[in-house]
Amino acid sequence: MPKLTINGIRTDVERGTTVLEAAKFFGIPIPTLCHDDGLKPYGACRLCVVEVGTPPKSKLLSACTLLAEEGMVVQTHSKRVERARQLLLELYVATCPQSKTIQDLASSHGLRRVRLEPKNEDCIQCGKCVRMCAEQMMAGAIGFAYRGANREVIFPFHRRSDVCRQCGACMYICPVVELRCQGASAETTLCSGCINFSPACLNYHDHAMCFLDPCVACELAGPLHPAPVKRTEKPKPPDLSAARLDAGPHVGK
Amino acid sequence: MSAATGRIAKLTHLRQAATRGRRALLPPQPKILVGLGSCGLATGADEVYRAIREEVERHRLPYLVSPTGCIGWCSQEPLVDVQLPGAPRVTYGRVDAQRAREIVRGIAESDFKPRWAIGMLTGYENPLTGARLRYAKQSARLDGVPRYEDLPLFRHQVRWAARNCGVIDPASLDEYIARGGYFALQQALAKMQPQEIIAEVTQAGLRGRGGAGFPTGRKWEAVAQQKATPKCVICNADEGDPGAYMNRTLLESDPHSVLEGMAIGARAMGAAEGVIYVRDEYPLAVTRLRDAIRQAETAGLLGEGIFGSSFSFRIRIVKGAGAFVCGEETALIASIEGRAGEPRQRPPFPAQRGLNGKPTCINNVETWADIPLIVMRGGDWYSRLGTKSSKGTKTFCLVGSVKNPALIEVPLGITLRQVVEEIGGGVPEGHEFKAIQTGGPSGGCIPASQLDLEVDYESLAQAGAIMGSGGMIVMDDTSCMVDIAKYFLGFLADESCGKCFSCREGLRQMHEIVTRITEGEGREEDLPLLEELGWMVRETSLCGLGQTAPNPLLSTLRYFRDEYLAHVKEKRCPAKVCRKLITYRIDPVLCNGCGACVRVCSSTAILGEKKKLHTIDDARCTKCGSCLEVCQPKAVLVE
Amino acid sequence: MIPAGGARGGGIRGLGKRGLVMGDTAAVDGLLASGWQGRDSLIPLLQEVQDRFHYLPEEVLGAISRRFKIPLTQVYHVATFYNCFSLEPRGHHQVKVCLGTACHVRGAQRILDKILRELELPTCGTTRDYAFTVEPVRCLGCCALAPIVRVDQRTYGHLQQSRIPKILQHYRSLAEVVA
Repeated sequence: MPKLTINGIRTDVERGTTVLEAAKFFGIPIPTLCHDDGLKPYGACRLCVVEVGTPPKSKLLSACTLLAEEGMVVQTHSKRVERARQLLLELYVATCPQSKTIQDLASSHGLRRVRLEPKNEDCIQCGKCVRMCAEQMMAGAIGFAYRGANREVIFPFHRRSDVCRQCGACMYICPVVELRCQGASAETTLCSGCINFSPACLNYHDHAMCFLDPCVACELAGPLHPAPVKRTEKPKPPDLSAARLDAGPHVGK
Repeated sequence: MSAATGRIAKLTHLRQAATRGRRALLPPQPKILVGLGSCGLATGADEVYRAIREEVERHRLPYLVSPTGCIGWCSQEPLVDVQLPGAPRVTYGRVDAQRAREIVRGIAESDFKPRWAIGMLTGYENPLTGARLRYAKQSARLDGVPRYEDLPLFRHQVRWAARNCGVIDPASLDEYIARGGYFALQQALAKMQPQEIIAEVTQAGLRGRGGAGFPTGRKWEAVAQQKATPKCVICNADEGDPGAYMNRTLLESDPHSVLEGMAIGARAMGAAEGVIYVRDEYPLAVTRLRDAIRQAETAGLLGEGIFGSSFSFRIRIVKGAGAFVCGEETALIASIEGRAGEPRQRPPFPAQRGLNGKPTCINNVETWADIPLIVMRGGDWYSRLGTKSSKGTKTFCLVGSVKNPALIEVPLGITLRQVVEEIGGGVPEGHEFKAIQTGGPSGGCIPASQLDLEVDYESLAQAGAIMGSGGMIVMDDTSCMVDIAKYFLGFLADESCGKCFSCREGLRQMHEIVTRITEGEGREEDLPLLEELGWMVRETSLCGLGQTAPNPLLSTLRYFRDEYLAHVKEKRCPAKVCRKLITYRIDPVLCNGCGACVRVCSSTAILGEKKKLHTIDDARCTKCGSCLEVCQPKAVLVE
Repeated sequence: MIPAGGARGGGIRGLGKRGLVMGDTAAVDGLLASGWQGRDSLIPLLQEVQDRFHYLPEEVLGAISRRFKIPLTQVYHVATFYNCFSLEPRGHHQVKVCLGTACHVRGAQRILDKILRELELPTCGTTRDYAFTVEPVRCLGCCALAPIVRVDQRTYGHLQQSRIPKILQHYRSLAEVVA
């Protein structure tokens, strides 16, 4: 039973548990796109990365494929992880702007701008459809082909294969096949209709204090930490001008 | 031609083979060696070899003609060496068939054609035994022919991994043994415990020569401790970094050194199987390895019960199928297993779960080649060269805009300046040094201000590059650093396996942004955006390819930001490389109206009458460069 | 350079994308029967097929999938992942233009552009008469001779655009002789 430390919580986990499973057990919400409990972990979307190890020798690894090991120290919502997720989500929105799942994820992480050229792809190559078809539907009709930017999910030789039973499981499991609230031809790449979680506590602490949205701690003037960090200048409150005022944290005076 | 090597089961057999090999290395008659590595072959060395053999046979001359590997003097290929008994070995460069025949004739006339000779050797170190292969007295001199040890190209070199390259016939097992080959394996089996072998490697401070520089002793220890079997040792010969061909040279010139190293490693870690994964683009290396394995098996140096012990070890060759990402350990394993080369996240490491889920040790060609040396001379001896953190020597390919492109091997700790200016001879006349790119697509560009850096793993990493497998590409003022960043991003976006989102889409977007910048459509906010994207790709990618992919871009942004700003703010390419930002113009003073340019122009953009000034229509000009090539008075200007 | 014998008979020359003709299934069966075992034989086997037929015919990939019980999607992924495989017939002569870093700084891109212009190809690919296939390759390992082009087994170094027409003509005349 390896001992794992996750967000400061020390716990024993069963051999063979992934960090994602352990986090779920403790109610720590780690965002995922390519993960499904019924499918083998794949580790392609990179959204579930967590910081493993103690800085400066720590690195970001995907929690879904990471087996808990004795002595492992994990932080799921450190500044570094959150910054990486923000940039990753910016790239996701640019790649697949019409996916509601992705727009919702972006909103829930406080993404406020997309500086990249929208690509309007309809596939993020999470591999869920391929794994669903092979592992759950026992057909294996579709698969990956090519490499790099040319990689895609297709039938071999671009022809519907005999083993495809047209069950629709691939469409069912696909995380991007839902249309965003504003529809396919929205004017803006980023929807930001439901921005709510914007961890203002990261202005004061090295890790987000909780994962609730909105968080009461963020509504107060800042540090609940017993040894407040002395700062030479007051950190700027987040710019809420674009967001709806009845959602989201307020930094009061 | 040496007699076929029989079975080698005891030390005495090894010594007998060594005696035979010494006779071949230092025969009592004149010997002519021709460098037949890939570079030699590409410049016509096979014709030269044929011409020499014909000449020798036609006149029934009692000379030995032998192929050899590569001594690293790339700019002078094809190379021919003449070795007369008791006389220094003389090297001739840029030899063609005609010149080769005259050199052969010259031997009989005691005219060794000094004006074509580029170097001479009185002897050659054998680091394996500490002895010296002596061609002549050390004090011997030849008029007008420089000694290798006086040439800046060779003066600083210490050839340990490349100890036999250009010295022996790669197809001769006897010659390899005569140079101390397979004595280390014999010693390891007869006199050392596996743990002692690992201890020597750890003491030596050897770090993986493939690029990442992981301590080899530690990797071996990790594999040795695993309980699962069968364990496997793999030689990563997928040398994919453009500009690096050290491994190719080692495999073509001295394949047995790798076989011996792997056998010793297998013994130390408890493996029974070895795989050499060679790039598909290296057919000559594959051939040489196949022949060497066959020779070793026939001699009993590979297979069952080596040297009469209970240790059995077999090696097979697996050819790559053309994918740069397969240089990454887990992708390499996937490729051997018959799958697409998609890496797996590490941990778990191949040492724990590798080929077919079993403990596997993957090391680079050069790492394996260093092993017999460490076992024979001891780890302590090896660690005397190098810096505190990076011990020993390293091969490098010094190429690009440098006067003496060459394959060199130097002690770690030498400065970049020594490498570029002393060994390489600096950049060509009329040009200025701009950057040296190390570590291939995982590395970075180091500017002139950092030339006094010592070449070792840590200092290169701190400078924003990495040591990498050894490619060192010198760039002068004719290279645009934004174009270089675009080049590497394009390469990586193409070679990325595409599995993980950060690498696939991140590189794609970064490549597009940098391309826009080279076309004059960049914005100032693109630069911090590139840095942030680069950071994210580095942090979140699944494998080493993605994690190091942003390095070339980030290093050029760090050291050459003003060049980016010129592209973005002034829409100008200072190095005059980016095609959309330059114009070709004909100098009215220099043009003589010969019309050579009109004939080769690919877009009918040049107008002019015979003997009259010609002009280029910028709207039609595609900057293909054909006119630049053919203009004799150099009247075509790039602005 | 051009292998003699049955493996090429009825192959691709002049037949466009018809791929294998009936008679060649014997050759395929022979290939599959010769001692290949297990999943890790897939890539060497595909390399053998590529060498013999100059591409990977769809029928062969299907046969391999059935014979070795590897899902066709996975065989297809391998066939499309690696540079050395081609699903379309390749030309008689492989023109590989090195686009490694050392060659790049010495103008390799312009050499590639020149070759494409000479062969009237819009991008890398195979000429209509199947005489040539032009492909970029990343580093042949002869960087001191940059820029480099390898045609079949022969490597040309220190290239200039003006030498290209002659080199291509040399190979074109060879193809005609065999035909």
